[in-house]
Amino acid sequence: MAKELLKGNVAIAEAAIRAGCEAYFGYPITPQTEILEHLAKRMPELGRVFLQAESEVAAVNMVYGAACAGARVMTSSSSPGISLMQEGISYIASSEVPAVFVDVMRGGPGLGNIQPTQSDYNQVTKTAGHGDFHPIVLAPATIQEAIDLMALSFDLAEKYRTLVFMALDGAIGQMMEPAELPPMQEVRRERPSWALTGKQGRDHKNIVTSLYLGAEPLTKFNAKLQAKLAEIEANEIRYDELLTDDAQLLITAYGTAARVAQTAVKRLRQENIPVGLFRPITLWPFPTERLGQLAGRVPAFLSVEMNAGQMIHDVREAVGRTVTVDFLGQPGGVIPLPEEIEDKVRQMWLKLEAVA
Amino acid sequence: MAKGRIVIDVERCKGCELCRDACPQDVLMLSDKFNNKGYRPVFLLEHDNECTGCALCAIACPDACITVYRQVPQRRLHPAQTAV
Amino acid sequence: MTALAFQRSEKKILKPIEKLVYERPHSLDENHTHYCPGCTHGIAHRLIAEVLDELGLQEKAILVAPVGCAVLAYNYFDVDGAEAAHGRAPAMATGLKRVNPDSVVFTYQGDGDLASIGIAEVIHTAVRGENITVIFINNAIYGMTGGQMAPTTIPGQVTTSSPNGRDTAQTGYPMQIAELLSGLPGTAYSVRRSLHDTRHIIQAKKAIRTAFEAQLQELGFSIVELLSSCPTNWGMTPIKALDWARDNMIPQYPLGDYKVVDELKKKRRNR
Repeated sequence: MAKELLKGNVAIAEAAIRAGCEAYFGYPITPQTEILEHLAKRMPELGRVFLQAESEVAAVNMVYGAACAGARVMTSSSSPGISLMQEGISYIASSEVPAVFVDVMRGGPGLGNIQPTQSDYNQVTKTAGHGDFHPIVLAPATIQEAIDLMALSFDLAEKYRTLVFMALDGAIGQMMEPAELPPMQEVRRERPSWALTGKQGRDHKNIVTSLYLGAEPLTKFNAKLQAKLAEIEANEIRYDELLTDDAQLLITAYGTAARVAQTAVKRLRQENIPVGLFRPITLWPFPTERLGQLAGRVPAFLSVEMNAGQMIHDVREAVGRTVTVDFLGQPGGVIPLPEEIEDKVRQMWLKLEAVA
Repeated sequence: MAKGRIVIDVERCKGCELCRDACPQDVLMLSDKFNNKGYRPVFLLEHDNECTGCALCAIACPDACITVYRQVPQRRLHPAQTAV
Repeated sequence: MTALAFQRSEKKILKPIEKLVYERPHSLDENHTHYCPGCTHGIAHRLIAEVLDELGLQEKAILVAPVGCAVLAYNYFDVDGAEAAHGRAPAMATGLKRVNPDSVVFTYQGDGDLASIGIAEVIHTAVRGENITVIFINNAIYGMTGGQMAPTTIPGQVTTSSPNGRDTAQTGYPMQIAELLSGLPGTAYSVRRSLHDTRHIIQAKKAIRTAFEAQLQELGFSIVELLSSCPTNWGMTPIKALDWARDNMIPQYPLGDYKVVDELKKKRRNR
């Protein structure tokens, strides 16, 4: 298929359809509403399920219901909406049913604004709901990558019977760029063996619950859940590196911040500053080990984020205390300029050279 | 000979007495003995032979622990029903 | 002796035979319930299971259990089941039904779950005319958390969070769910029944049956509100609690059919 000019949110919605998404439940919220609007038109055309819920609270529980039935199901929202969904997210995690969430982040806290930010990194990677769990969190930097990760989201959700978040800032949702959509996958109608379908002759009933009364059963269940998370950590870490081989200074950034950082890296290389870019694609599981390896020969890191500094804590944990980790970014809905990153890197490089 | 008979799943019974309250013949009593859950289950006073098999006890029972049988004259039965 | 007289005498000597007139419904699981002695949750469970048996729905049914005393309801039915977050059962049932339109989906919810925290979900599910059935247990109190005031607590009723009796000036008035939902166009069937004696239990079962029939005929949202007892938190014997339900709940919550769409009325006449 040829490349076409696509808006991020529309591309994500269409990519979900082509990944065989059977049902979507959601609630309008800027800056992700085009996902819902596109699916409102397309899903019924294809005989699939689209429903605009009365709230994010209802939407997430509709997703939960459809996920219990073994359907390929998703929702999308933005920061305040994700906050409302957290209850259901926790139940879904505990029930071990697959579901995909798209979070097009906006400015917070509170009602905040509708500008692009990455201020919900902690929310999606660490506190996606009460209890001990993490969703898999994928962070695309381009529309093409968002399209590709959409299909992967469903595959991972079903492989591990877990939640997968695609976390992007409002800029990727709202911008347009050329990208190629994959061919259409039909909806898979057969249901997994654990799904709620009515017994239909099965010799046992299927139950989906997040209730484990008593310390022993809940401890046992949590051990199983942690083992699954460990398996995901072992198998599913994804990242991208730009000019890291000879770098003496590494920028860590994802999403739109990584795109800006990429421009800065290219320009700084022309000034012979040995800077590279490390871009996590999975925010959870975080590429801790690889960053640790790089820290063995890279003395300084700069975390560029569109927030007050959230991923930087994961970077620090990965690289240890012997290397410098600096921060550039601000909350409130401002995308950093390449020049700001360049200035910051030049300062850091001067310091490094002075020490040497 | 009584017209009816009930079988009580004594381990399921919680001795709530809703069946006793519902019984028009007043032929249900709580046992002096305890079941494994620690409840005094209900039992049918069979020697009185007054159970009619009306099933009101079963209709009132919150624990679905009563099975009810009723004597029916054979001539009224359709041949297919005699299998019961 | 005439032939007729001979036949009569032969009939007389035929022994009466024993017929099974009531047995535990197959749609119930073998697990013993955790409900308190005399709690009418058990009766409601049994009636639902009897109806599922009679309509042949055990293999198609999916239960969505609430948070509340019936949180473990999925252990007591031998049908597929899910456990919802508090109040969200109708939303979860919506998701299940939309992707499994051939299954028979029902929620089982108490008054805290449905009328308090989950009121938005149940109203919008009714508004959409979602083809699901809701069995609503109204016992005027929060059972599982130990007897706090519910939206359905009767004025003056003492609970652990209304220790001087429900004061309507402070806490408002009881919610009339069957009436409230009957006003919505998506509702096909909204009725209130009581479980306080055998006659009313039989009527309640008929209503549950009609509610499932409404779903089978794809007529829209159906709900049966069941006035129930909570002997433990009301502080009464099970039998006294049924009397209290009759004397105090029915005046506040009149029994009756608040909405029955014409299609169901016709069916009833044909029966």
